[in-house]
Amino acid sequence: MKTITNMKNSFRIAFVIVASIVMVSCFDSSKPNYQYMPNMYKPVSYETYGEYEIFPGGLEAMLPAEGTIPRGWQPYDYPNTTEGLNLAKAELINPLMVTDKSLANGKQLYDIYCALCHGVNGDGQGILVQREKILGIPSYADPGRLITPGGIYHVQMYGLNSMGSYASQTNELERWQIAQHVMNLKATLEGTPLLAPQSTVPTETVNMDTASGNAVAEH
Amino acid sequence: MYFCAVIFGTKWCVSIDTKSNQLRAKLMDNNITDRMEKVHYRNLPSTLSFLWLALVLTFSVSQTTLATTVVLPAQAVDTAAGEALFKANCAACHKLYKKATGPALFQVGDKYSKEWLYKWIVNSQDLVKSGDAQAVAVFEANNGAVMTAFPQLSTADIDNILAYTYTPQKAPTVPTADVTAVPTTGGGLSNDIILVALALVFLLLVIMLFLVNRTLRHIAEANGVVVEETEKRTPIWKAFIQNQFLVLVAAIFLLLSGAYFAYGWMMQVGVDQGYAPVQPIHYSHRIHAGSNQIDCNYCHSSARRSKHSGIPSLNVCMNCHKSIAEVAPETLAEGQEFGVDYNNEIKKLYTAVGWDEASQAYTGKTEPVKWVRIHNLPDFVYFNHSQHVTVAGQQCQTCHGPVQEMEIMSQFAPLTMGWCITCHRETNVQVEDNAYYDKIHEELSKKYGVDKLTAAQMGGLECGKCHY
Ligand code: HEC
Ligand code: HEC
Ligand code: HEC
Ligand code: HEC
Ligand code: HEC
Ligand code: HEC
Ligand code: HEC
Repeated sequence: MKTITNMKNSFRIAFVIVASIVMVSCFDSSKPNYQYMPNMYKPVSYETYGEYEIFPGGLEAMLPAEGTIPRGWQPYDYPNTTEGLNLAKAELINPLMVTDKSLANGKQLYDIYCALCHGVNGDGQGILVQREKILGIPSYADPGRLITPGGIYHVQMYGLNSMGSYASQTNELERWQIAQHVMNLKATLEGTPLLAPQSTVPTETVNMDTASGNAVAEH
Repeated sequence: MYFCAVIFGTKWCVSIDTKSNQLRAKLMDNNITDRMEKVHYRNLPSTLSFLWLALVLTFSVSQTTLATTVVLPAQAVDTAAGEALFKANCAACHKLYKKATGPALFQVGDKYSKEWLYKWIVNSQDLVKSGDAQAVAVFEANNGAVMTAFPQLSTADIDNILAYTYTPQKAPTVPTADVTAVPTTGGGLSNDIILVALALVFLLLVIMLFLVNRTLRHIAEANGVVVEETEKRTPIWKAFIQNQFLVLVAAIFLLLSGAYFAYGWMMQVGVDQGYAPVQPIHYSHRIHAGSNQIDCNYCHSSARRSKHSGIPSLNVCMNCHKSIAEVAPETLAEGQEFGVDYNNEIKKLYTAVGWDEASQAYTGKTEPVKWVRIHNLPDFVYFNHSQHVTVAGQQCQTCHGPVQEMEIMSQFAPLTMGWCITCHRETNVQVEDNAYYDKIHEELSKKYGVDKLTAAQMGGLECGKCHY
C-alpha cells in the first residue's frame, strides 16, 4: 500500500517537472506568441507588409501602379543615357536657394546615403572602400570628371554604371540639398570658395514640407 | 654634382641639382633595365625605397634644405603602384577576371598595342569619335557604356596598371570548400552526443548501485545476518495532514505562488519579445549595420519622414550588391559559425531581383522576397516613426536594441502599453530649435513649474494619442 502511494507521488512530481519543462520550452522564438482574443488586433484592412493572396506574389508591398505620380512630384525630362547626363550637366541648375538649413540637411543626408562609398570628405574613401568591399569610387575632384549640380542630381536620379539610383530613398528637395553639399565638398577638395548661404530669413520659394514629399516650387 | 656607388651589384648615381634643390637617383646598370621590360620585377620598389631611406638619412644630416624626389627609371614597372591605381580608378567598372560594367582586364595588354591602350585609357571617347576601328568595336560591344577619361594618368601610371592586370588569379579560397563539407548543425550535434553520453553514464551508475545493494543483501542473507526493518512510524505526509496549521500555511503559499506564476504567464500572452523568425534570406544586421557601419536610414529610409520605417525594396540592396557578389573569405568563415553560406544568400538575392551575374544585367524575371514581419502593434494602436526619430530625436537602438550586433533580427522591446507609457513619462521633449513648440512650451512650463517637459506632460498619456 505504502509503496503504491510513494509511486504515485513520484509520478506526480515527475509529471509536474515534465509539464513545466514543456511549458517553458514551448516558447519557440521563431514563432509569434499566443494572443488572447485577438479580434481587435487583426486589422480589417490590408496591413503594411502583410501577406494576402489577393495580391500578385502574395505581398502587400508592391510597386505603385504604372504611371502613378506622388504628390508634389515634378517631371524629370532628361533621359537615362549618356547624352541625358551630359545635357543635365550642361544646363540643369539647382533651383534651391543656398541656406544654412539646406546645407545642414544636405550634409546629414549625404552622410547617410553617400558617405559610405564617397567618404565624408568626398575623396572616394568611404568606409566600404577602406574595408575593400567596394573599390574604385571616384573623388569629386577627379580632373577627368565634370561635376556640376545638374550632373549630381542626374546621377542620384538614375545612378551611373555601378552606382545605383537614390530616387527611391530621397525626394526631389533632398536630392538638391545633397547636390549643394557635394558641390561644397568638391570646392573644399579643390580649395575653391564654398557656396555662400543666403539670408536665413525664410524668403525661400521652396516648400520645406519633407513629409508629404517632393515639392520644389517654380521660381 | 654626382655621387656614384655600387650597392647590391647595381651602380647608383645620385645627382644633386642645386638650382631646383632636387635629388635624383639614377640606375646605371644595364642588365637590370633589360629585365625591367618584363613585368616581373616586383621587388625593385622595396629595394629602391630602402636605398632611398639610406640616402635621405645620409643627406639630411649635411643638407637639411634638400627638397626630395626620386625619379624612377622610365622602364621600371611597379605592380604595387599599379594595384593602388587600379583600385582607386578602374575597379568601379572593371574586375580582373570577371565582366563588370566594362570587360575583364586580365592580360588586356596582349589584346591591344601599348600606344592604343595609352590613348584609350586617357580618353576613350576621343578615340571612339576619331573612328578608330578597334575602339568603335569595343564601345559597341558594351552597348555604348562610356568609360571615364583619365587625363591625370601618365604613361608610367598606365604601364603600372597594365602590369597589375597580369596578376594571376588566386586559387579559390579554402573556406568555400569547408562550407559544403561541414554539416550545418555541426555545433548542435556534438553537444547532443555529450548529453546522451552523460545520460548513459548516469544510468549505468544507478544500475550499479542497485546491483551492489542486491548483492550485499544476498551476502547478508547467506551469512544469516538479519537486516533490521526500520520501525513503523506515521508517514511524514500523514503527520503533515494532521497538522492543520502547516496545511493552512502551505495552502496559502501554494495559492500565492500559483497566482504569481499564472499572472506572469498571462502577462506574456500576446507579447512577442525575443521573437526571431527565420527569414527567407539570411540577412545579417551585424554585417551591414555593425561591421560596415551602414546607417539605419540608408535602408529604412522612410523612418525619417513617415509612420512606417519600411523594409528596403531590393533595388536598395542592389546599390551595393551589384559590386559585391561574394563576401570576403573572412566574412565567409564567420558565416560558418552560424551555419550559413553567405555567398549562397547573396545568390538568393540575385534570383529574387533577377540579376544575371554573367551578363551584368537584369533579366526581368523577379520573385518577391517574403520577409516575415517581426514588430507588429495591434491594429488599435497608432505609432509613428517620424515623430519619434525625427521630432523626438530618439535613437533606433533605444527601442530596437543593439541591432548592429544581431546576426538574426529579433524583437528587443515588449511593445506593451506600459513600455510606451514609461518612456513617455521619463523622456523629455526636444523643444529647442523647434518653433512649433515655442508657445506651448512656455505655457506648459509655467503650468507645471518645470523647465523641461516630458512627453507625458505634453499629452503623451492621453488615450486618444495612441488609440483611435
Ligand atoms: C555603393 C557606392 C556608392 C554610393 C552609396 C554612392 N555612389 Fe556615387 N558613385 C559611385 C561609383 C562607383 C561612381 C563612379 C560611376 C562611374 O563613373 O561609372 C560614382 C560616381 C558619382 C558621381 C560622379 C558622376 C559623374 O558625372 O561622373 C557623383 C556626382 C556621385 N557619384 C554622387 C553620389 C551621391 C550624391 C550619392 C548619395 C546620394 C552617391 N554618389 C552614393 C558609387 C557610389
Ligand atoms: C566608368 C566606368 C569605367 C572606368 C572607371 C574605367 N573603365 Fe575601362 N572600360 C569601361 C567600359 C564601359 C569599357 C568598354 C568600352 C566602352 O563601352 O567604352 C571599357 C574598356 C576598357 C578597355 C578595353 C578592354 C577590352 O577588353 O576591350 C581597357 C583596356 C580599359 N577599359 C582600361 C581601363 C583602365 C586602365 C581604367 C582605370 C584607369 C578604366 N578602364 C576605368 C568602363 C570604365
Ligand atoms: C542594408 C540594409 C539595412 C540596414 C543598413 C539596416 N537594416 Fe534593418 N532591416 C533590413 C532588412 C532587409 C530587414 C528585414 C529582414 C529581417 O527582419 O532581418 C530589416 C529588418 C529590421 C527590423 C525588423 C522589422 C520587422 O519586421 O519588425 C528592425 C527593427 C530593423 N531592421 C532595424 C534596423 C536598425 C535599428 C538599423 C540600424 C542599426 C538597421 N535596421 C539597419 C535592412 C537593413
Ligand atoms: C551599403 C551597401 C550594402 C547594401 C545597401 C546592402 N548590402 Fe548586403 N552586404 C554589404 C557588404 C559590405 C557585405 C559584406 C561583404 C563582405 O564582408 O565581404 C554584405 C553582405 C551581404 C550578405 C552576406 C552576409 C549576410 O548578411 O548574410 C547578404 C545575404 C546580403 N548582404 C544581403 C543584402 C540584402 C538582402 C540587402 C538589401 C536589404 C543588402 N544586402 C543591402 C553591403 C550592402
Ligand atoms: C520610440 C521607439 C522606436 C524608435 C526610436 C524606433 N522604432 Fe522602429 N518600431 C517601433 C515600434 C513600436 C514598431 C512597430 C510598429 C507597428 O507595428 O506599427 C517599430 C517597427 C519598426 C520596423 C518594422 C516595419 C514598420 O515600419 O512597421 C522597422 C524596420 C523599424 N521599426 C526600424 C526602425 C529604425 C531604422 C529606427 C531608427 C531610425 C527605428 N525603428 C526607431 C519603435 C521604435
Ligand atoms: C524611447 C522613448 C519612447 C518610447 C518607447 C515611445 N515613445 Fe512615443 N514619444 C516619445 C517622445 C519623446 C515623444 C514626444 C515627441 C514630440 O516632441 O512630439 C513621443 C510622442 C508620441 C506621440 C505623440 C504625442 C503627442 O503629444 O502628440 C505618440 C502618439 C506616441 N509617442 C506613441 C507611442 C507609442 C504607441 C509607443 C509604444 C509603442 C511609444 N510612443 C513609445 C518617446 C517614446
Ligand atoms: C503611449 C501610447 C498609449 C497611450 C497614451 C495609451 N495606450 Fe493603451 N495601449 C497602447 C499599446 C501600445 C497597446 C498594445 C499593448 C499590447 O499589444 O500588448 C495598448 C493596449 C491597450 C488596451 C488593451 C487592449 C487589448 O485588447 O489588449 C487597453 C484596454 C488600452 N490600451 C486602454 C488605454 C486607455 C484607457 C488609455 C488612456 C488612459 C490608453 N490606453 C493610453 C498604447 C497606449
